[in-house]
Amino acid sequence: MPFASVYAVEETAVSFANNGAIDCDIHPAVPGMRTLLPYLDDHWREQVTLRGIDGLDSASFPPSIPANGRPDWRPASGKPGSDLAMLQAQALGPFNTRYAICNCLYGASSVFNADLAAALSRAINDWLAAEWLDREKRLRASIVVPVQDTDLAVEEIERRAADRRFVQILLPAGGEAPYGKRRFWPIFAAAEKHQLPVCIHAGSTFRHATTHNGWPSYYLEDYVVMSHAHQAQLLSLISEGVFTRFPNLTVVLAESGFTWLPQFMWRAVKTWRAMRAEVPWVDRAPAEIIRDHVRFTLQPTDAPPDARMMEQTMEQIGTDRFLLFSTDYPHWHFDAQAAVPAGLSPALVQRMLLDNPLETYPRLRETLQ
Amino acid sequence: MSQALLERDAPGQTKLGIVDCDVHHATRSPQDLYPFLSHQWREHLATYGSRRPSPFTGASPFFKSAPALSRHDTWPPNGGSPGSDLKFLQEQLLDRYGIAFGMLHLLTVTGMDQRNQDFAAAMCRAINQWQYHTWTQQDQRLKAAIVVPGEDAAAAVAEIEHWAGNRDFCQVSLVTHTIEPLGRRRYWPIYEAAAAHGLPVGLHTSGYNGVAVTPAGWPSYYVEEHHEVSISQQALITSLACEGVFARLPSLKVVIVEAGLAWVPSLCWRLDQHWRRMRDEVPHLKQAPSEYIRQQVWFTTQPMDEPENPEHLGAILSWIGWDRILFATDYPHWDFDDPENAVKVRLTEEQRRKVFRDNAHAVYALT
Repeated sequence: MPFASVYAVEETAVSFANNGAIDCDIHPAVPGMRTLLPYLDDHWREQVTLRGIDGLDSASFPPSIPANGRPDWRPASGKPGSDLAMLQAQALGPFNTRYAICNCLYGASSVFNADLAAALSRAINDWLAAEWLDREKRLRASIVVPVQDTDLAVEEIERRAADRRFVQILLPAGGEAPYGKRRFWPIFAAAEKHQLPVCIHAGSTFRHATTHNGWPSYYLEDYVVMSHAHQAQLLSLISEGVFTRFPNLTVVLAESGFTWLPQFMWRAVKTWRAMRAEVPWVDRAPAEIIRDHVRFTLQPTDAPPDARMMEQTMEQIGTDRFLLFSTDYPHWHFDAQAAVPAGLSPALVQRMLLDNPLETYPRLRETLQ
Repeated sequence: MSQALLERDAPGQTKLGIVDCDVHHATRSPQDLYPFLSHQWREHLATYGSRRPSPFTGASPFFKSAPALSRHDTWPPNGGSPGSDLKFLQEQLLDRYGIAFGMLHLLTVTGMDQRNQDFAAAMCRAINQWQYHTWTQQDQRLKAAIVVPGEDAAAAVAEIEHWAGNRDFCQVSLVTHTIEPLGRRRYWPIYEAAAAHGLPVGLHTSGYNGVAVTPAGWPSYYVEEHHEVSISQQALITSLACEGVFARLPSLKVVIVEAGLAWVPSLCWRLDQHWRRMRDEVPHLKQAPSEYIRQQVWFTTQPMDEPENPEHLGAILSWIGWDRILFATDYPHWDFDDPENAVKVRLTEEQRRKVFRDNAHAVYALT
């Protein structure tokens, strides 16, 4: 367990056992397009079949790469995360999970045809409801939306919002344009209206190079710089005034890491102080906006080499409400049950496991005693 | 360090003999380069102009906070743009703050990101000639960077070879917004040449490559783009480390200019963590990425990061290493850091000497 202290593991094991946890980022895998056929309408079922459209696993997360499937979490055949029984035994049981939120990363958000994106989003959401949520009461899900077309995205949110097991809206970190831009605002209006946080999850739609210098050679680089897409989204949402216009909106950054947050906030505040006349609707310091509106999932933690530095990082972040427990199942960031890194205070761990997710997700509060 | 420098009397508080690792001189107009361009390229510059993958002929697509990006008081009284008048730059920066050496980074004209590659090479040669005759030979405190047409590695190496050994030039400068990530092998001959001549590679955010500023697309505002400078420099360091540039060239020194530095620890933690999981993909790395960064990268201070609790800055500087930090003012730009009050943490005398002077002497071998 290279990244967790024994102390933290013991402490949190007690917390898991006593209170359970809400896991805010797990990844059920679509086995393949054949699985979604029953959930597509006639036109798209015919198109997908005739044209052999298949293989839409996100290239941001190739299932064969060890980081995207922990060795002991891989099924004998098929993709990691594709087997409900394994997920129950490996992701839910060991952490005494009360709820786990399914973020399905199958590639609907990356196709260029917006109508196909809408059809795939509907199919994925309906498949999640029928084959995961109906069969396992602890599971909740994010609404996959065709972000390529805001009208269609809102349509899908409206179609799914009545099902209270869908607790947030899922967007990929690297899309066609930064999400603060006004063309996306109807998505935030729908989110606020239905009490759905918006989750921006790691992953690129490959509309833009993963760095300002173009495409790196290695997957390792792509993964490391993925948090830069999250940071760009955060800057965009703040600078365009999304949180001013939608004061009840919560944004969850998932699989983004968070130890980069202190220096990000300092730089954002310094730049805003100098340049606030450019964005007069940003009426508070970015750090305050982040602390009020933005939440982060735990894994991967990108922990410093010693616990004392983690403690200082937490002090710099300056709020114990920002962190949401996640395993990122079946992705491989920790071994055994060592999901909680060293340097988090027992009080923060407690909040992260249960209180913070319940504060973040109004729909979870409705059913959890 | 000579006693003379230490005791240099200056109007400012400090008598250290500061090395300012980011000073922006400027052309009054592109015509300043005419004496150093052939007839063909003069005509080309006058007719076709600077063609870079960016929408406007005469402006950045992200409009800055001030004209010429500069402090209002830095416009020379005799005309010209900020940084274009040597005498005024001497008075306002070098003399006033007791700056013993100023490391020049030219932003008003560029060569490397010109889309016509022959023109890029001609521009770089002209810029270097202009720097030598107009600046470094006029004031020995000013040290230039060899500007190279880095998208054409052979031409870039030729430019390095032309100037190497001339101590007016203390580093090699690449535009940082490149066609491919800077660690990719098309750029390796440049690093090999720089390392062979003991010249650090100074990377100051600059240039246009037509690639979106962020992996999430183009932002709307300068308040975003200005912050993205530090983020894209993190991607650049990630590239140099992961692609194996540092591993293959242990004597290569890289100076990251004007990107801040508070991000260095968290970037290193993230790099190391995921490298441990995926090191089989990058077998050319023999140690953790952070080890290479610690050994081969220096960082300039401006714009100085400002933690909410100023004490935390000291911990960050310590983590990076006191011998890796180089003071810079960014004169004459609007976000200039004053040597007398920019670093808002108490430094020991030894730390102060390192940051304001000794580290720069070590990395640039200043004479």
